[in-house]
Amino acid sequence: MAKAPAVRGPKRGWLSNMTDTNLLTSITVVVFLVMYLFAIVVLQEGFLKPQTLFNMMNANASLIIISCGMSLVMITGGIDISVGGVTALVCMSSAVYLDQKGGNVVTSLLLSLCIGLAFGLVQGYLIAYLEIQPFIVSLAGMFFARGMTTIVNTHTINVQHEGFVALKNTRITVPFLGSYNKAGNYVDAYIEIGVVVALVIVALLFCMLKWTKLGRSFYAVGGNRQSALMLGINVRRTTFLSYLICGILAGIGGYVYFLHVGSGSASHASGAEMNAIASSIIGGTMLTGGVGNLIGTLFGVLSLTLIQNIVSSVGLDQPWWTGITIAAMICVFLIMQSVIISYRKKVLLNSVSGGKTG
Amino acid sequence: MSRLNNKKGLLAGLLRHQMLIPIAALLLLALFNLIADPSFFKISLGTNSNGDPVLTGYLITIIDCGSELAILAIGMTLVTAASGGQDISVGAAIAISGSVVLRVLCGSDSHAQTLQAPIIVAFLVSCAVAMIFGAFNGTLVAFFRIQPMVATLILFTAGRYIAASFHNNELPIVNDPSFGYYGNYFPGIPVPTPCFIAVICFAVITLVLKRTNLGLYIQSVGINEKTARLNGLHPEWIKFMTYVILGLCVAVAGFIKVSRLSTINYSVIAKDIEMDAILAVALGGNALSGGKFNMGASILGAYVIQFLSTTLYKFNVQSDALPAYKAVVVILLVVMSAPAVREKLSALFAKLRKPSHAAQT
Repeated sequence: MAKAPAVRGPKRGWLSNMTDTNLLTSITVVVFLVMYLFAIVVLQEGFLKPQTLFNMMNANASLIIISCGMSLVMITGGIDISVGGVTALVCMSSAVYLDQKGGNVVTSLLLSLCIGLAFGLVQGYLIAYLEIQPFIVSLAGMFFARGMTTIVNTHTINVQHEGFVALKNTRITVPFLGSYNKAGNYVDAYIEIGVVVALVIVALLFCMLKWTKLGRSFYAVGGNRQSALMLGINVRRTTFLSYLICGILAGIGGYVYFLHVGSGSASHASGAEMNAIASSIIGGTMLTGGVGNLIGTLFGVLSLTLIQNIVSSVGLDQPWWTGITIAAMICVFLIMQSVIISYRKKVLLNSVSGGKTG
Repeated sequence: MSRLNNKKGLLAGLLRHQMLIPIAALLLLALFNLIADPSFFKISLGTNSNGDPVLTGYLITIIDCGSELAILAIGMTLVTAASGGQDISVGAAIAISGSVVLRVLCGSDSHAQTLQAPIIVAFLVSCAVAMIFGAFNGTLVAFFRIQPMVATLILFTAGRYIAASFHNNELPIVNDPSFGYYGNYFPGIPVPTPCFIAVICFAVITLVLKRTNLGLYIQSVGINEKTARLNGLHPEWIKFMTYVILGLCVAVAGFIKVSRLSTINYSVIAKDIEMDAILAVALGGNALSGGKFNMGASILGAYVIQFLSTTLYKFNVQSDALPAYKAVVVILLVVMSAPAVREKLSALFAKLRKPSHAAQT
């Protein structure tokens, strides 16, 4: 069901010729743009400034990276809910290493990568080669990571390491997009390092999924394991690799999160795994596998943030409104996807059977 | 293979039996406690703060605190079997149903001195609300064909906020002591009340599974939906029904939870209980992809998890670090029960046995 079988009759329009992946991604992008336009028209002040968009990215760079890993795993038909725990563990370990053990920035980055890699390796092996349910394995992974975080250290640590603080405060100026503040001075628009990392990762993985053999085999495995096996794809290795990449991305995402907040705490990134799943879903990735696109995931994260911003700017500042709106948004997207996919299946079936009889 | 060699078949059959994992885990934990500190099994008759005689001891704690989890495991098993997915919103749904109970009992004043409504009314209202939320999940899963985990993600995200909005973010407290009886002890009865509630739930579900075809229908839908439909079942309605039943379980568990403390903390109540409930189902050897299920194994699995938690607490493990140890045990258990590993193990056994046979002859 992944890539709609090529039944491209001459009389069918461009919309029905689109693959499920592309259709769902375009819907996400369009919805994001419409929401942003709405925000600009109705709420004006803040949303006209490009910096608002950049701030949304600054705050969510790590979520973008984590969600990319999540999308990848979801495309192969699995799930990894340990990413939030790994993020917290990476933050705490790096903080302890930098602040109390006198480490330097490069090795702390290596340490984070190793933590992510270790989680990816173990979970990938258990899921792909021992065929244990992904949910249970990554659930245990999440428990383990969260527990280890408090074992490493129970208190919140604010990192004072000079090199790290310098890196944390590095701002990359975006030319021509600055704005004038109330005093009339020109203020440069900026993004943090994490955003660059996130965008590079999105681009790399997007190209990988689109144009490499490995990338296509991810879709094949997620779409139909049996067919993928018959096509000569090493299903186990592909599944293993998806979890491995997801683990590494969780490590990188954790370090980016650490760069953004500059501290280690057991409560960091709580619920990040669910946010990542939600972003992937809004971005058009389906948990059944075989459908999804990382550009969609990027816009999924941004839509999730944008709706929070809009809700708080509109004046619904009771704490529960954000949660309820996000849930409503996921609900709308899910129902829409479900209706669209089943409708397209029906049309496809009709056209196939119609073609046979007529 | 089992027909060829009866002795081997017995061993293999024992190895494959579903109850093996939870029972083995329980025995292992019990043995560990017996060696580490035999006083773990001591049950004594003490008095609580009201001066009533109560049973105390770690075993009582396990049976008492495991009640909610076991009740949830009932519903979760049915949902898992029918829809091949899990409901991750039970923790949030407990927050909702618990806050409904308190809303009905307290009325508009969050610190009312007297009960504003009979407790049974509050319980029934919370049952209705929890079943409506269960029906919401069920509709998404059964009729819109959304994967259960994703569909319940909605309520998982919103549930605790909805619970908070019922009380305008205040923390209501019930001052009437009779409300606390249901989560603690009835005066004069030394056994904790949740145990009785759990036993009633087990009895009801056993009767339902024995007397009606529900269990059979659920399994057939889980094993093959198309075949079930061809045999005249309505898979959508059966899936939908399991979610409503889970809603009922949630209401009972939520009622016990709020009754324990007579108050509610929206963000903390029943935190991570959905994970434990799913774990209970998995520990019971039920396939998380749906199909056949064994209710007794799930319930036993729930108590195993509570046993593990209590053991860890006893050894002064911090509550925040608890998950790490739990994870190690869980991974060990699932790796041991994985079909791939079992096959390799039995192959290894066979290899070990062959040379010994050869030596004898």
